[in-house]
Amino acid sequence: MPAGAEAVKIVVVGPFAVGKTTLVGAVSDIAPLRTEERMTSAGAMVDVLERLGEKDTTTVAMDFGRTALAEDIVLYIFGAPGQPRFAHMVRTLLEGALGGIVMLDERRVHESFDAIDLMETAGLPYTVAVNHFPDTPAHREAELRDALSLTPTTPLVRVDARERTSATRALIALVTHLLSRTPEPTP
Amino acid sequence: MSPPSAHRRRGMVRPYAAAGGNLTPTRSTLDPATLLIADPKVPLTGLGAYPHRLMALCLPGVLSVAEAAVRLELPVAVTMPIASRLVDSGHLVARAPFVPAADRHDRAFLERILDGLRKL
Ligand SMILES: Nc1nc2c(ncn2[C@@H]2O[C@H](COP(=O)(O)OP(=O)(O)OP(=O)(O)O)[C@@H](O)[C@H]2O)c(=O)[nH]1
Ligand SMILES: [Mg+2]
Repeated sequence: MPAGAEAVKIVVVGPFAVGKTTLVGAVSDIAPLRTEERMTSAGAMVDVLERLGEKDTTTVAMDFGRTALAEDIVLYIFGAPGQPRFAHMVRTLLEGALGGIVMLDERRVHESFDAIDLMETAGLPYTVAVNHFPDTPAHREAELRDALSLTPTTPLVRVDARERTSATRALIALVTHLLSRTPEPTP
Repeated sequence: MSPPSAHRRRGMVRPYAAAGGNLTPTRSTLDPATLLIADPKVPLTGLGAYPHRLMALCLPGVLSVAEAAVRLELPVAVTMPIASRLVDSGHLVARAPFVPAADRHDRAFLERILDGLRKL
């Protein structure tokens, strides 16, 4: 990476076992890396390892991958849990992000509500990525949008998180959405 | 819940243990995706073990805070205050991740990101 490189960050949020790490790994040039973060019971990330008892803290795994988008642009893609008890930590991660990907399993649509709330509260542009699992009831897009109360401009894409080209479609939809919100340069 | 106040951002709650027991607040706020660039001209004398290792990791090239944390086998929240102090002391330069604002440069940069994604 050259010294002049710029980083961009995208955060993938969703319920347990929805495919976050799979999507991070599919998009990443490297095998996903993982750090174990400590959180207080209030959900704040802590950097004090020695003065807090084990009882006061829980551990949360943070996965991330890295992808070169140009010689001087590197994408970092982070996977984070969507459950409310991790909200404080995820909010910290959402700061400085280009946008978010909310993952959804059609067998348990409501489990992605918290992740959507996180994006909305942070005011961060996001895309919903519906990943396909076997024996899944296929909802119509309009039904899903209605259930999630998505604004008409928020992209919703179907992906297979295991496939790089498919997983990347969610990111392309996000950046296309960002561009559509960014005004054309005035001549 | 209310948003975290400025001094609590980036998980920087009372930097202490791995940072070398130094409780001085730092001026630099970092992100896990912040890139760290080492200044090879600043001497490493007097640095503690972790700051020294972090400098050794950053000197050959550019490294993100999150990757540095993995290499140091420390949580990101512990790595950030170590890196912040090295920014304060001039050992490291930190480049925050790109966040779009609605202006011309940003549009061009977003288009470059999109091109990169389409080529994956
Ligand atoms: N069929 C199918 N399986 C998938 C897809 N994405 C993920 N999986 C599988 O779903 C399981 C869970 O995927 P993970 O990527 O570990 O999910 P996660 O969201 O990171 O899970 P946690 O971090 O534990 O919350 C794995 O067995 C994946 O192989 C997909 O798009 N299609
Ligand atoms: Mg995971």
